[in-house]
Amino acid sequence: MKKIIITSLISLMIASSVSSDTDGKVEDCFEGLNRATFSLNQGLDKTIFKPVAKAYRVLPSSVRSGTSNVLVNLSSLITIPNNILQGDFKKAGVNTGRFVVNTTVGILGIFDVAKKMDFPKYEKEDYGQTFGAWGIGPGCYVVLPVLGPSTVRDTFGSFVNVLGGDPYYNASTHGNNEYLTDSLYMKTKVVSGIDFRAKNLESIENLEKNSMDFYASVRSLYLQDRQQKISNSNPTIEIMYEGDWEELETQ
Amino acid sequence: MFSKKILTYLILLIIPFLNITKVYSIEPDIFVQSTVNRASEALNNKFSKEEKILKLKAIAKETVDITGIGFYTLGSYRKNITDDQKKEYENLFEQYFLKTFSSRLAEYSNPEIEVTSKEKLNKNYTMVSSTLVSTDQRPEVKVDWRIYTKNPDNPLIRDLIIEGLSLVRTQKEEFSSIIQSNDGDINALFSTLRDFIK
Repeated sequence: MKKIIITSLISLMIASSVSSDTDGKVEDCFEGLNRATFSLNQGLDKTIFKPVAKAYRVLPSSVRSGTSNVLVNLSSLITIPNNILQGDFKKAGVNTGRFVVNTTVGILGIFDVAKKMDFPKYEKEDYGQTFGAWGIGPGCYVVLPVLGPSTVRDTFGSFVNVLGGDPYYNASTHGNNEYLTDSLYMKTKVVSGIDFRAKNLESIENLEKNSMDFYASVRSLYLQDRQQKISNSNPTIEIMYEGDWEELETQ
Repeated sequence: MFSKKILTYLILLIIPFLNITKVYSIEPDIFVQSTVNRASEALNNKFSKEEKILKLKAIAKETVDITGIGFYTLGSYRKNITDDQKKEYENLFEQYFLKTFSSRLAEYSNPEIEVTSKEKLNKNYTMVSSTLVSTDQRPEVKVDWRIYTKNPDNPLIRDLIIEGLSLVRTQKEEFSSIIQSNDGDINALFSTLRDFIK
């Protein structure tokens, strides 16, 4: 089954990697299906995720920040190999140091001791970003059930995590130890989703309330975010679209 | 006593010939900080939500280039519309912008924003960087402001870039999606805007 999914994704990625405009705009090749999935996700969000995120927000802020720190610390296990794959060995070293300090002194990452020690700001990296950095195009925009917005390339990148690219997943499923299990890995992913939703309760609600086409707004924000993360750009320098603005001057 | 009267009279005579309306150019970072301070004051909890919205709308009319943003968000469609459509769009967009802008901000109370730096891009634009200070409910947020400085005496906000995400670009893509889903008919956008601002 895994092989079928991988083969399908690779074919889809190759087929749709030509689906970006010359100006870098990502095509929404499956818009009808995507909008339907988006509606399904909105339904799930209203009935499950949002209420759970609201309940999570009731927890003391120290508990929430501790949980968030643990999740960020675990994400280093995906970030570090991607730093290496992108040739950024310095960041890989810094992130390894951060992981070691936070896991030991910071008690499994609950406390961000590295931040207090003035480590540089942490930036997550994933396999989708690495593929992007290698020059692989995003392919078509897709909306995944439950997981939300993505592109064909980023979806494939997520699959790499469960194909050996995430040491935490490997240790949980094949680690043969009594502490880490499949179900713990799944729980971590669920908590990670709830943590994200809880942090963005107001902003998502605000965006939805003030959008005439919420689907299009979310698509735009997701693609801008990925573009910025892949280029590792300083937003003030890169997200300017000078051409568009200058064209406006001449009209 | 008499000399004071003469002096006052002379001053009154001279005033019309003095260029007292001269305005000095405002540095974009100072402009942003002062706008943020005004918005913070408007969001003070001593005001009702309706009062907050009215105050925010007044600030936006003064400090944001609503017309410029409106035409930017139309993208290439702005090249193919008539003058009458332009006028109608300008009017609809202003109402839409003020409604969403004030509604977005009115939810916050006393947001604390610190201006950190500025970078001049060219004679027309300066990017001002700032930070929305974290609270118990949300982390620190980086907010960049695209300031239109063509007239240095009257800088105007043209975009807000929150953690690298441009609000104006998002708006442009939303409008484009509405037009495209209606076979390129710009009147569909006008109609959606009309429904939204009701």
